[in-house]
Amino acid sequence: MISARGLHKSFGDFEAVRGIDVEVRRGEAFGFLGPNGAGKSSTMRMVAAVSPVSAGELRILGLDPATHGPDIRARIGVCPQDDTLDLELNVLDNLYIYGRYFGIGRKELRERCDQLLDFVQLGEKRHAKVDDLSGGMKRRLTIARSLVNRPELLLLDEPTTGLDPQARHVLWDRLFRLKQQGVTIVLTTHYMDEAEQLCDRLVVMDAGRIVAEGSPAQLIRDHSTREVAELRFGPEQHDDHEQIAVRVADVVGDAGRVEVLPDRLLLYTADGEAAVQAVMERGLHPVATLVRRSSLEDVFLRLTGRSLVD
Amino acid sequence: MSHSTLAPRLADYWLTIYRRTWKGTVVSSFVTPLLYVVSLGVLLGGFVEADPARLDGATSYVDFVAPGMLAAASMQLVFSQLTYNVFGGIRWHKTYYAMTATPLGVADVVQAQVGYVLARVLLGALVFCLVLAPFGIFASVGGGVVAVAVQALVALAFATPVFAFSAWISHESAFALLFRLGMLPLFLFSGAFFPVDNLGPALSRLATVSPLWHGVELTRMASLGTWQAGPALLHVAYLAVLGVVGYLLAVRALTRRLVS
Ligand SMILES: Nc1ncnc2c1ncn2[C@@H]1O[C@H](COP(=O)(O)OP(=O)(O)OP(=O)(O)O)[C@@H](O)[C@H]1O
Ligand SMILES: [Mg+2]
Repeated sequence: MISARGLHKSFGDFEAVRGIDVEVRRGEAFGFLGPNGAGKSSTMRMVAAVSPVSAGELRILGLDPATHGPDIRARIGVCPQDDTLDLELNVLDNLYIYGRYFGIGRKELRERCDQLLDFVQLGEKRHAKVDDLSGGMKRRLTIARSLVNRPELLLLDEPTTGLDPQARHVLWDRLFRLKQQGVTIVLTTHYMDEAEQLCDRLVVMDAGRIVAEGSPAQLIRDHSTREVAELRFGPEQHDDHEQIAVRVADVVGDAGRVEVLPDRLLLYTADGEAAVQAVMERGLHPVATLVRRSSLEDVFLRLTGRSLVD
Repeated sequence: MSHSTLAPRLADYWLTIYRRTWKGTVVSSFVTPLLYVVSLGVLLGGFVEADPARLDGATSYVDFVAPGMLAAASMQLVFSQLTYNVFGGIRWHKTYYAMTATPLGVADVVQAQVGYVLARVLLGALVFCLVLAPFGIFASVGGGVVAVAVQALVALAFATPVFAFSAWISHESAFALLFRLGMLPLFLFSGAFFPVDNLGPALSRLATVSPLWHGVELTRMASLGTWQAGPALLHVAYLAVLGVVGYLLAVRALTRRLVS
């Protein structure tokens, strides 16, 4: 569906995307994960055939966006990072007018609009002004809009950023259903749980480059340990974190490591409980401890030395 | 890649926008020409004792000024429709971004919006002429119809350059300049209210650069029935060239804004 080789995007002297290779297969849910400014949106906009490629090769549905932009855009659905809904039109008109841009006949389009509004649970809001919708409702409307042309490929740039947990789960459910219907989904996100829930495969981007690639489970296996013990100390001890890290360095075992964050220490180890036990035995008294499984967040921290969500 | 225009796909959008606004414009589109023709044509015209030989063949001031007002009103409608609306579509409402995420291209978007404004100008001109007709302004019914049709050309000559300007500028404060240094002098000194000869030889030659002057002359020929083939062709060509050049610039300017 998407094939990129050495893809670059420059804005003047600044290189936002610095040569990435990506293959997305039909029916797959593929994720771009990365912190602010990683180049996710720049990549998505090139794939959406609205932003010209600076260098490298890009094919979407087998077509070159430089020469077949309208043909590509006719067959994909795009949910941009910032909503581009028309605030002057009501909910239904936003959907209907957008559908007309694809040349969909009026009768057919009216049916699709009804179905889509039901699908994103906005049927009762059909005559509401877009301005009066909540953030989550706007996002759902944008997603409905991106589906109006029955796209083969759906591009979602941070579909759930700014939504409350319940709204996110509703959206995830809808995206999951689309995937089951055979729609290829490409999304960007800051959220590890989102990537783990939705993506078959993903790439981690940082500063315009791909730093890792694989399925969520595979990435965790390759770049982290099975468990993580989080240790929180009182604020008076925050300055001593480095020192404490040295004292507990050997409890994590050969494959493990210790990560120092401003507010806590992370012990990467196969057995979290055992590590916490060993720490206590050394006379250290964290105010709180938590043992959990490794997540993509940890993979990201490992690969870039930075937290994903600031 | 060359494909036929997709601009008609934007028709429903512009119809919806028009449906939201027409009620607010309907009263003023009837009243404005009436106020103009009564105040300028009849009342002010009562004081104007101009030599008919210097009124482009009009026999009274009201006959002279009415077609001028029609063309000037067409220009004003274009300015009101294609300044903040275009700028806002890029900066505030992001409507153009939504449009160009679909098969529509920048050229389709420009064509559709210019088409919408042309339609509104034609509608406004029709009302204007219906209101003026009882004052015996038009030499013939056909002349009135042609005067209306000419407004499409007048509108085109302004629409595409104004669109280009609005897409080009980086701050809305530029509109104040456009209105004061662009539209207002054009409005006053393009022969709508007095013959440009009154400006003296140098300035009157300058006035012939004004697209509105060409529009006024053309409209006046239609309404008075004083056609002269040579000058008429020149006016048409001048306005058409402006429209085409403005179109190319508008597409370029909007592309620069939307495609990065
Ligand atoms: N139109 C533009 N002009 C200049 N620089 C840009 C433009 N768009 C993006 N950039 C820059 O390119 C870099 C990557 O931006 P991009 O929006 O692709 O990041 P992102 O991964 O989507 O980040 P976020 O998570 O914040 O959305 C940033 O440094 C940004 O400032
Ligand atoms: Mg982004």
